Amino acid sequence: MSDKKLQVEKKYLDIKTKAEEIIPLKEDKTVVMVGTATCGKAAGAIDVREAFKEEIKKRELNAEVVEVGCIGHCYAEPLIVISKPGFPSLCYGNVDEGLSKMLVENYLEGDDPCYEFALVALEPNEEFPTFTDFPRGAYEGKIILEQCGLIDPEDINQYISVDGYHALVNALGMEPGEVIETIKESKLRGRGGAGFPTGKKWEFCANAKDPVKYVICNADEGDPGAFMDRSILESNPHQVIEGLIICGYAVGASDGFIYVRSEYPQAVRRINAALEQAREIGLLGENILDTGFNFDIEVFLGSGAFVCGEETALINSMEGKTGMPRHRPPYPAEVGFRGNPTIINNVKTLSYVPHILLKGVDWFKGIGTPDSPGTAVFALVGKVENTGLVEVPMGTTLRSLVYDVGGGIRNEKEFKAVQIGGPSGGCLPESALDLPIDFDSLQEAGAIMGSGGLVVLDENDCMVEIARFFLDFTQKESCGKCTFCRLGTKHMLDILKEITIGQGEKKHLAILGELALDIQNGSLCGLGKTAPNPVLTTLRYFMDEYEEHIQGRRCPALMCPELINFYIVPKKCSKLCSACVGSCPVEAIYTREDGLKAIDLEKCVKCNSCPAACPPEYDAIIKVSPPERVEELEKENA
Amino acid sequence: MELLEGEKEVIKTQVSEILGQHSHHCENLVPMLQEVQNKLGYVPELAMEKIADALEVPAISVYSIVTFYNQLRLNPPGDHQIKVCLGTACHMIGGQIILNSFERRLEIEEGETTLDRKFSLERVACVGCCAIAPVVVVDDYVDGKVTPTRVDGILLSFENNSNGVKKEQEQKQGEGKNNE
Repeated sequence: MSDKKLQVEKKYLDIKTKAEEIIPLKEDKTVVMVGTATCGKAAGAIDVREAFKEEIKKRELNAEVVEVGCIGHCYAEPLIVISKPGFPSLCYGNVDEGLSKMLVENYLEGDDPCYEFALVALEPNEEFPTFTDFPRGAYEGKIILEQCGLIDPEDINQYISVDGYHALVNALGMEPGEVIETIKESKLRGRGGAGFPTGKKWEFCANAKDPVKYVICNADEGDPGAFMDRSILESNPHQVIEGLIICGYAVGASDGFIYVRSEYPQAVRRINAALEQAREIGLLGENILDTGFNFDIEVFLGSGAFVCGEETALINSMEGKTGMPRHRPPYPAEVGFRGNPTIINNVKTLSYVPHILLKGVDWFKGIGTPDSPGTAVFALVGKVENTGLVEVPMGTTLRSLVYDVGGGIRNEKEFKAVQIGGPSGGCLPESALDLPIDFDSLQEAGAIMGSGGLVVLDENDCMVEIARFFLDFTQKESCGKCTFCRLGTKHMLDILKEITIGQGEKKHLAILGELALDIQNGSLCGLGKTAPNPVLTTLRYFMDEYEEHIQGRRCPALMCPELINFYIVPKKCSKLCSACVGSCPVEAIYTREDGLKAIDLEKCVKCNSCPAACPPEYDAIIKVSPPERVEELEKENA
Repeated sequence: MELLEGEKEVIKTQVSEILGQHSHHCENLVPMLQEVQNKLGYVPELAMEKIADALEVPAISVYSIVTFYNQLRLNPPGDHQIKVCLGTACHMIGGQIILNSFERRLEIEEGETTLDRKFSLERVACVGCCAIAPVVVVDDYVDGKVTPTRVDGILLSFENNSNGVKKEQEQKQGEGKNNE
């Protein structure tokens, strides 16, 4: 065995040396890294990339522009990193073409790093603060996101140069059983939502008698408001591929699949490129690193069905059937794809595997809590200052996630709730903010860890509406197999709709609670079992809002369109300004005889354009609820 | 939807080409349908029948797959596809308002195509750009922080020139600078 180990090590060293020769050495060349994951592209990263290329060419500088993935600080997209010899690597946010040109002129050509535009430095230095000097960096502890946004996802050599595929080498030097034992000892739990111990799952599959086995990476991230998997696949696809190969080796499979949403074209492109490169240098395919282990990976495109994130539905969908869940047991680890034992692991779960094999079980268990070791990755969105992709150790409280990592609530509004776990999760109020984040304590509070979407809601968000929104989603995505899920969610949704348009009745609340229980008990898969969670948690923590909607016919958060009206306060409005008139898409705003503006409520579509257009020095347009309040105000101001 | 002249022939040749590239096994059904949609923009009835024949399954089985998966569509798309994201972040910040604005301007409902087949409008669950919500994807270009007035701008840019999206981007950056 040790001979084999030495041999693999040697082979890997060859590959690594080659990789290091090929990649441009940081010491003697300036590199501009532009984040071009989907989020960066949406913010205009392509134009920034072109601006850099053009300007560098024009000035004939010795600098290279490379595309990288997402560094996680989405609020400041487009983001770039410049590493120039003799300077610390600096990250710049909100870059546009103008700033690009200026940076080339002043920093690449001259030697002024323009610190006033820099966001953060990547390595410790005497000039500029690094991530750890900010609360966010201090609370974050990156494992699987560490290299995201810092290496070129389309160049395997960059991944290898940061010790990539070394864990695979370690694994291949071990017996498959030892690999499973290591993962078991590490107590790694599946990051797809339910938190099942990964090592145990692998063991079931490895022990299954059937000689043909499959491993599948589940990248069918359909949860609205979550983009962790997309970002990892776009920023560091090799990490996932390495995890999947190790998984294949451990359970004795020779075929792997990555099941990815077709809505993520950029991710699909980068995975395919990564697979091709891994094959070229013999890390994938026949006889990997001369060890006699054969393993290859295919990409399967999902067609946009949320329920296919459920493992048995995913298998059905890969077999060319409609993606409906099957009865469990038997679990896929025993009878799965094509009837063979199959492992299905989430993108994030597989991403941890190389790190555990490389840095050891004790290192991994030293992070997080005893029962949920490691980190949690969240897509932090909604009303926080610093939206983006964050990775914190398990056990961090929700409070420090929202206030320290997220930088608090935007526009000094008041915090109302966090929605955690997407359509299967729940809304937790202020009182739950001190909960530590791990699989078990969130479940107790009525939410679930889920795949990691975390939406922060403020005083302007209506909790009935958010419950309706999620139920609308699950109701549409219910595959229709189980009666309770198919019809029960529909009935609940109808009730919630009535409440949000002011036609709710007192008895509705009891019916909602009853239906929720029936759906939980009467559904086969996780979609149905968790579908009522958003409603249950909002009923539990925000009952007063439901009652306001039903009894007062008003929406306290001023969000439900049927329960509000817009009103221009004459005392605040100015004759000199007509910003709102132009902003209205339906010409509902007119000028009164006295020169002030008013809204024709018959025409108004409540699109929220006019309050945004009204200059802050006037701030004359308000929302009122119930809608009849406008008449009272008109009388008062007449 | 009625097929236009010549469309039948196009469908037939494309489908037989795709059928030639795959083994006629059930597991390839979804990938084949995806390819049909990539080539034609939708999955016409004729294509479903052809594929069902080749796989020796009833046409209804193929139909059930097409209607089950959100990505596969039964109607031809417009020249420009407008997708309004209604994921959580977009919804909470007013995605529905944006969808309504498009519906009002194009005079179609979500899921429909304008009569001149120029625009089609649909909602998507999440495009994964939550940090810049609300998001609209026009053809393949992602546009963030959209407002109702911006909706007018997007549509106007298509009326004014055929190369709409690029022009669009330029305009947007112009606006950004003015605001600062």
